[in-house]
Amino acid sequence: MSMRSFSAFKKSVIYSAVLVLICCMLLLTGCHGRVGLSAFEIPEEFDTSREYEITFWAKNDTNKTQTAIYEKAIKDFEALYPNVTVNLRLYTDYGKIYNDVITNIATNTTPNVCITYPDHIATYLTGTNLVVPLEGLFADEKYGLGGSMLQFESPAAGEIIPQFLEECSFDGHYYALPYMRSTEACYINKTYVENLGYTLPDTLTWDFVWEVSEAAMEKDADDNFVVNGQKVMIPFIYKSTDNMMIQMLRQQNAGYSTDAGDILLFNDTTENILYTVAEHAKSGAFSTFKISSYPANFLNAGQCIFAIDSTAGATWMGTDAPLSDISEDKLVRFETEVMTIPQFDAANPRMISQGPSVCIFNKEDPQEVMASWLFTQYLLTNDVQIAYAETEGYVPVTSKAQDSSQYQDYLSRGGEDNTLYYDVKIKAAKLLLNNVEHTFVTPVFVGSASLRDAAGQLIENTVKSVRRGQTVDGEYMERLYDDMKALYRLDQIGMSNSRASSEKEELGKLPGTSVILLLSLAAVWILIIVYVLIQTVKKRKNQ
Amino acid sequence: MKKFTAVLLASALVFACAGCGSKGGDTDAKSEGVMTYDEYMAAELDSEVVIETYVQAKQAWWEDKATVYTQDKDGAYFVYNMTCSEADYDKLKPGTKIKVTGYKAEWSGEVEIAEGATFEIEDGNYVAEALDVTSLLASDELINHQNKFVSFKGMTVEAAGQDENGNDVAFLYNWDGSGQDGDDLYFNVSLDGNTYTFTVESYLCDNSTDVYAAVKNLNIGDKIDMEGFLYWYEGVNPHITSVKAAK
Repeated sequence: MSMRSFSAFKKSVIYSAVLVLICCMLLLTGCHGRVGLSAFEIPEEFDTSREYEITFWAKNDTNKTQTAIYEKAIKDFEALYPNVTVNLRLYTDYGKIYNDVITNIATNTTPNVCITYPDHIATYLTGTNLVVPLEGLFADEKYGLGGSMLQFESPAAGEIIPQFLEECSFDGHYYALPYMRSTEACYINKTYVENLGYTLPDTLTWDFVWEVSEAAMEKDADDNFVVNGQKVMIPFIYKSTDNMMIQMLRQQNAGYSTDAGDILLFNDTTENILYTVAEHAKSGAFSTFKISSYPANFLNAGQCIFAIDSTAGATWMGTDAPLSDISEDKLVRFETEVMTIPQFDAANPRMISQGPSVCIFNKEDPQEVMASWLFTQYLLTNDVQIAYAETEGYVPVTSKAQDSSQYQDYLSRGGEDNTLYYDVKIKAAKLLLNNVEHTFVTPVFVGSASLRDAAGQLIENTVKSVRRGQTVDGEYMERLYDDMKALYRLDQIGMSNSRASSEKEELGKLPGTSVILLLSLAAVWILIIVYVLIQTVKKRKNQ
Repeated sequence: MKKFTAVLLASALVFACAGCGSKGGDTDAKSEGVMTYDEYMAAELDSEVVIETYVQAKQAWWEDKATVYTQDKDGAYFVYNMTCSEADYDKLKPGTKIKVTGYKAEWSGEVEIAEGATFEIEDGNYVAEALDVTSLLASDELINHQNKFVSFKGMTVEAAGQDENGNDVAFLYNWDGSGQDGDDLYFNVSLDGNTYTFTVESYLCDNSTDVYAAVKNLNIGDKIDMEGFLYWYEGVNPHITSVKAAK
């Protein structure tokens, strides 16, 4: 080999080495986040000869009975499947579960089974095969809904309330099972409404609520509110302002978002809603949980007339509520009425459907996923469904449980005591049962959780601004819209809405281990190249 | 020369003593445009307030929002979810002086600076001594010390609730026992026939802290001394940071 050809060979070796290095780096970089778990495939059999340990992240309403029901469900399930251990981790806040799941996705330590909202699952789906699609499992003859090999009496697919099940379907798959359902209710101090000279209508309307609320602002010569004789009165308090905005828009057939994830929230109807909110915040007739505190605390102290909260908060509402955060001496006696949230069109009521759903995270071992699926399905058995529904104004998600004599008996006994048969709680559950066809959910897509936050924040900011003496006008609205779009990155949602692009955006920084690996590879190649160069120089010198 | 040396030493001593007057810096003077504690307390709810205060403890940081317990020599200020980067949050230590601009608010009886306040770090340092408010527990005067770092002496642990077997227990995870290790701890303590509910706030003191372990080891009937921040939620609800056997 001539010197020229030898040099060319060396060059080609070096070029090749660099090329390989670059390719490796590109490949490795490209791999990050993209190579997730393999898609889950249903095993032929559930292998009961092996031991499985699964984690269940559950949400309760800071309610001891709910915790006890979860624990009993786990114990009963483990008795049926002694090879499965379920570890319970309790949360009292959906947002905290969401944050922790996001954190654990990065470290591949997601729970096996998780109580969640569909909005949140949409974000989890940005990981490849991270959440198990359930339709195959639903239909599995042996282990599916009502399957032949189950150790418990599971509901058949047709026994899950179809509307609740559909809420868990998006992106062409079922990614969750409904666990409990609730809606919002207006808990009313009927005594004060009547003392103010009003009679509750059959269907509550926004006009009625605003009118009575303003009437309740009248004060006497000593600066006490006439209606309660106290220094404090906020006639109308809303717990979840995101729901407030979403429902007010839906009731007026105004835009919020499309199914595809186009943002329609920032429209004229929204602006009109905010002007109305501003008007009544200015008089002091309206406030929110975030600004003032829990509606129940004010309602029970006789300092609020219309308290809107989840039906799952019913045990906190009313003079005789079994749960209360205020001291006995602050409680005021009054008659509590439970009604649907105010409507714009009383003939066509619309209200949100909400409540916990359960999703299953994929794992490398399909048998472990099967164990998760069996436990998830167990949560739909009558024992669990009825017991949990009775803790609050929830309703079971299966007709099997709803139609059972046990549940029907429970519903018929409202008011027998102020614990299990607390009338406000049972009225709240009946409110949803009687209005299932009037409920709706919002579209689920990557970013839909942020859009929901923005919807609520529009109201919160408007109320705060009015209370702080700021002017709420067209210019304010323009600024508010811009702020919300920026804060919640709503201008980026459209771009990130396809699975492919969202995967790319969610990749983030390379993990430290990957960086070390890449640097090590680079160092090895550099050493090889240096070695080759030294050898070349040595040979040249020798020649 | 001796006289000069004596004067020099005396001067040095005076300056040194002056420096020892507080745990660091002059905590009296407020910058221009900054409210005194009395002015802050007199300010209407929902009005803009500007204060200079000293961080006493950090409760939580999440998504560029920080919640801190702060105090100057006249009174205390609870700052809820102020705008704060993680890097700035790391700079906040007990004693760090900050100037906070925000809006005064009240939430379930807790007077605070509302979410969204801004702050800047200033020169100065002050860590408050715990104020013994044991004798004020049953009095209307207690609220005047809201949010301060305080102590309670010689209180008796009472039953906080019952376990699943109906046995009395000295503490609960969450207010009703619905939680688990890592959640807030609630326990009851009594004095002169009155019983009060105190809390170990898990964001402020998580389950790795001494106080969390101490409360988990309480027995009904124990006599204890405590320190913490005089938080309010529908009545006094101190966030306890230290529990020791009563002296």
